[in-house]
Amino acid sequence: MPLLYFSRGVNLLEGGKHMREIHIDEIISAVEKLCIDANIILPDDVKREINKYYETESSPLGKEVLKDIIKNYKIAEEKNIPICQDTGFAVFFVKLGQDLKIVGGNLTDAINEGVRRGYKNGYLRKSIVNDPLIHRKNTGDNTPAIVHYEIVPGDKLQITFAPKGGGSENMSALRMLKPADGVEGVKKFVLETVDKAGSNPCPPIIIGVGIGGTIEVATLIAKKALLRPIGQPHPQPEIAELEKELLNEVNKLGIGPQGFGGTTTALAVHIETFPAHIASLPVAINIQCHVARHKEIEL
Amino acid sequence: MIKSIKTPLTPEIIDDLKAGDKVLITGIIYSARDAAHKRLYEMIQKGEELPVDLKGQIIYYAGPCPAKPGTVIGSAGPTTSGRMDPYTPLLIEKGLKGMIGKGLRSKEVVDAIITHKAVYFAAIGGAGALLADTIKKAEVVAFPELGPEAIYEFHVEDFPAIVVIDKDGNDLYKIGKENYRKI
Repeated sequence: MPLLYFSRGVNLLEGGKHMREIHIDEIISAVEKLCIDANIILPDDVKREINKYYETESSPLGKEVLKDIIKNYKIAEEKNIPICQDTGFAVFFVKLGQDLKIVGGNLTDAINEGVRRGYKNGYLRKSIVNDPLIHRKNTGDNTPAIVHYEIVPGDKLQITFAPKGGGSENMSALRMLKPADGVEGVKKFVLETVDKAGSNPCPPIIIGVGIGGTIEVATLIAKKALLRPIGQPHPQPEIAELEKELLNEVNKLGIGPQGFGGTTTALAVHIETFPAHIASLPVAINIQCHVARHKEIEL
Repeated sequence: MIKSIKTPLTPEIIDDLKAGDKVLITGIIYSARDAAHKRLYEMIQKGEELPVDLKGQIIYYAGPCPAKPGTVIGSAGPTTSGRMDPYTPLLIEKGLKGMIGKGLRSKEVVDAIITHKAVYFAAIGGAGALLADTIKKAEVVAFPELGPEAIYEFHVEDFPAIVVIDKDGNDLYKIGKENYRKI
């Protein structure tokens, strides 16, 4: 055993190959840039969808709102400033290749340091308080980040950054449905949640729905659903159909852009599923405003 | 039609504003969000003098991004107004006449708006870069230790907003939704 341990200690893979190494300094710089870029440039699929709905919106006021939203993301890019002042909780999805070795320090510290530098050097707002209930004092550097790790095959490090604003996050919801509630139960819950949220989450919104798992899995996959490019349906035909139907129904609620009334309440409904317990049908809804920021890098 | 209005708000200006009107606001507005509201509320309750005189003024529910060197302010769009609902009726009672934010208000706030003839505006949530363009001067006037939640005095020129709840309690969010609802 000691011999085997030693051979692992010098970073030999099976067959005697050296493990790929990455220094934390590289990760820190990459995360810093990721924080700034994601907050300034809206993803192309979101831009395309906003422009598409600008053409079809029935309400004249709603149309004007969408026009201003388009103008806003253009100004942000031109002036190199954040699209929205709520530059969010720094949420990361990290896929760590099991054959990659991090050197110079630990990965979570490196991500937090990248956030610290990005939010300072990018003039982004620091929106995190240290203690949720009692002190609520701003941490001053937008840390801690929230990091979801996944260990995957290979020797790469994939980092997705998705800053999340408070206004839309506050309108999110979780309900433990009964299996008998089925598809109708899910639809009812989504429509009720969006209707109740009204103008609060800055419509037009993107709706992430997580169905199945345990409560933490349902909420996590609801958030992951927000990262899927708009226009890419769920691979399971029944779920893809449900996404389409829900989007259609949500846009009949009348809330419209910014809640002033109209036909564009949501740009997309994305559903992710996970196997469930025989007793359970957990459903989580994560609401995302039109400033649907996320950016991915691979190191 | 777009109405150009100047702060502070007089009864005549407020009388003329109806839910759904588009306005361009020029003059001084004060930013205040969660933490600043809590402090203002507690100061009123203790009978202390407020750091800003709210009579006839507008509060903008906003916490801006820091200003890049050579600029007035960073992105500065509205935050969700509903979180200020527990504090707002008292501020209106003390003379506050206008609020700019986004999202729904409680019945207590709507009642206070009607009783004291105030007005609630919405700015476009998520349009912080566009709105920052209308802020010509920005200065922290209270609670600097709150960082982005400090009270700023903003000098705005043609700040675009929509009247959501007018002095009679008409609510654009309700009217607009009913007009386009198909289920």
